[in-house]
Amino acid sequence: MSSAFDPKIYDIPDADIAWCPGCGNFGIINELKTALAQLQLDPTQVVLVSGIGQAAKMPQYVKANMFNGLHGRSLPAAVAIKMVNPNLVVIAESGDGCTYGEGGNHFIHTIRKNPDITNIVHDNQIYGLTKGQASPTTARGQVTTLQFDGVMVDPFNPIAVAVALDASFVARSFSGNFQLTVELIKMAIKHKGYALIDILQPCVTFNKVNTYQWYRENTYLLPDSYDPTDRQAAFKIATDNSKLALGVIYVNPNKPVYEEQLAPYENDKTPVALRGLEV
Amino acid sequence: MEKKSEISIVLSGAAGQGIQAVEHILTRVAKDSGFHVFATKEYMSRVRGGNNSTEIRISSQPVKAYVDRIDILVPLNDNAIERLRSRITDETLILGEKRYVEKEKNSIGLMLEEIAESFGNKIYENSVAIGVLAGIINADENALVNNIRAYFLKKSEEVVKANINAALKGYEIGKSLGLKFEITPSEEVKKQYLLNGSEAVAKGAIAGGCNFISSYPMSPATTVFTELSRLSRQHGILVDQAEDEIAAANMAIAAWYAGARAMVSTSGGGFALMTEAISLSGMIETPIVVHLGQRPGPATGLPTRTEQGDLNLVLYAGHGDFPRIIYAPGNLCEAYELGARAFNMADKYQVPVFVLTDQYFLDSFYNVDEMPQAKIERYIIKTDENYKRYALTDDGISPRGIPGYGKGLVRVDSDEHDEYGHITESAEVRRKMVEKRLKKMEKILQDAVPPKLFGSEDYKYLIVTWGSTQLIVREALERLGKKDVAMLHFSQVYPVPPIAENYFKKAEKIIFLEQNAIGQFANLIKLTFDGVDTRRRILKYDGFPFSVEQVVEAISKEVE
Ligand SMILES: Cc1ncc(C[n+]2csc(CCOP(=O)(O)OP(=O)(O)O)c2C)c(N)n1
Ligand code: SF4
Repeated sequence: MSSAFDPKIYDIPDADIAWCPGCGNFGIINELKTALAQLQLDPTQVVLVSGIGQAAKMPQYVKANMFNGLHGRSLPAAVAIKMVNPNLVVIAESGDGCTYGEGGNHFIHTIRKNPDITNIVHDNQIYGLTKGQASPTTARGQVTTLQFDGVMVDPFNPIAVAVALDASFVARSFSGNFQLTVELIKMAIKHKGYALIDILQPCVTFNKVNTYQWYRENTYLLPDSYDPTDRQAAFKIATDNSKLALGVIYVNPNKPVYEEQLAPYENDKTPVALRGLEV
Repeated sequence: MEKKSEISIVLSGAAGQGIQAVEHILTRVAKDSGFHVFATKEYMSRVRGGNNSTEIRISSQPVKAYVDRIDILVPLNDNAIERLRSRITDETLILGEKRYVEKEKNSIGLMLEEIAESFGNKIYENSVAIGVLAGIINADENALVNNIRAYFLKKSEEVVKANINAALKGYEIGKSLGLKFEITPSEEVKKQYLLNGSEAVAKGAIAGGCNFISSYPMSPATTVFTELSRLSRQHGILVDQAEDEIAAANMAIAAWYAGARAMVSTSGGGFALMTEAISLSGMIETPIVVHLGQRPGPATGLPTRTEQGDLNLVLYAGHGDFPRIIYAPGNLCEAYELGARAFNMADKYQVPVFVLTDQYFLDSFYNVDEMPQAKIERYIIKTDENYKRYALTDDGISPRGIPGYGKGLVRVDSDEHDEYGHITESAEVRRKMVEKRLKKMEKILQDAVPPKLFGSEDYKYLIVTWGSTQLIVREALERLGKKDVAMLHFSQVYPVPPIAENYFKKAEKIIFLEQNAIGQFANLIKLTFDGVDTRRRILKYDGFPFSVEQVVEAISKEVE
């Protein structure tokens, strides 16, 4: 194996990309491919699982295995794939509406199970594909294409919920920060257990509030001195709405991994998928 | 009076009173004595109290269906008799604790509690009752002792002894009653197994290679889920109690995608939530096996009762056009065979496959021989670099690869897609993909499980059934003893096997018998074959199974 992969090996040459020019998703796709390349992951060993939405189209544009299922259902699918074949690198990737709205119940219970998967959420604080309605993370008061009088409910706080559920790895990034996002994706993939990265992603078409500029002004990088294993500190950071922290916010390295506890793997580590096949 | 070679015992009492224990032990005592056994229960949707009952038939001949007739009723509390009043006749003997039965005409009052207490505790009362019943049928004494011991294995030796002694005392009393039952034992039966519908479905699934189950509990289907979980270590089955049915069904499909053979076990209400995943299975051509244990709906309906009301639900679940297969076993062997076959067909055709049962079927059991042979047919291929998940082929079936096995990439998409699995809005590709998916139907029909004809080939009247009513109607027809009445039973209800039309054409009068309010299967037949007269329908939808007597009466009205 060569010492480093070229991110281009994950390109799909004639892909017809359906994102608007300037969309934050372009940053994330480059960051993901770079992270996969730096980890030297063979495309056949990676499965990208997504739901439905603009963000959920990501696997369409990355050369790897793909399970592009139903709206909100990326997590159950990802958990099952990891159970059946723990050798695969499984990445569930979708938007904030897909993951926290339609898939909210799955978000909670996947964290509880703690399978060894990476969950990347493109958080543009809006519904892109259905043209600009509020998402669970849209701010109170924001006027949208549906909420003419402004959103009347408080936003969902994925980071605080994940910390409250004692998720094993919780991070936030901003798609405009290439280096940071690449590093966090790599850490999340290498982390053993469920890893959430909420990536702030500008939707240049429908969210005129949370722009590149807004994210730059309203985020800050966690200092090196920050201890992510301190749950109380993580809570404080997660619930501080004045500015949004970027980096690894919380880690619990001691949680058992779901699939490793299942009966078929007690004495035999061969993936259930490959049993009885000529390998 | 002639001695009777068959007995129908009904025990009735509150949940938590130990009816299940009596059923468990007595049926095994009878089987180990060489008697044929059938048992079924009905219960209320509550954990304590209420009134439940179990029917146990013990016979010199095979018995496999529910009857109304009660030869001996054993009430375990004060309202048991009132609840079963309509089934009590002059022939019914009511036997039990003196204070519950003494007002009844034809009764034998026993001091069960008192006898139990003489062995140290009132709670041995059920063992005394088991003993009395074992004595009445002249069961094998060793079988009685062994099964009591086996049941109480985890208790102290003292408790085991007390229960055995209590049972033996009952046994003595039972024999001394001098009742006219003489059931002939058979050596063959002793070697057989007692199996219920849930176990047959679960064991069939395992025989078909099931190695993944994700579900959310719902009566009556939970028992299949539980059985697979119990056997997970032994058979290498991945088990997940999902957060809801939506997750469970999406997991099962993704598990197949990754290379497992996965199933969900649910009931109508739970399946309603899974319908979005069924169309996912249809679109991405990734299999799923669904076991659906029916109970009466709509909505939560009668949670612990029985019905065949979900055929339309599984027939039409999911949006858009795509093929599927629906099985509905009529007996334990079929449940095992079709349980296994569901996995092979799902793998072969990459479509959703359903196994429809119901509460009556899952909760009924009888003695059976070895289950038929079933083998696992796997259709996974090792991919190469140019692998196309949705390659267009003559029969519509694209070779199915799994991620991480071979050099290719396995890419599936719930949007309409091209041969590589990539989103497309091309009208031409769309048309080709729809046709490819539907094309599989031709081969699926060639693989159809034909309906079975019971009775003479020279029938005038044809009774049409599907699923769990098979054995009830068979016994009814035997009783009716009319040469011109036959029965056609479907254990594959969709796609309707084309050969069925020949049977319909030969009949002068066709009578559909179904446990639902509108005749869902009759409607499907009407839709499938032009010109088949489906107007005559015997339907039952009160939550309780058809009894043999009810079927005899209903059919008698239809035939001359
Ligand atoms: C069951 C279901 N409900 C609704 C939709 C329509 N729908 C598609 S994407 C979407 C919202 C996507 O929002 P988000 O997840 O934030 O992703 P984005 O498009 O913003 O990247 C909705 C409501 C659907 N496809 N399926
Ligand atoms: S609608 Fe928004 S999220 Fe979707 S591609 Fe356009 S800019 Fe990106």
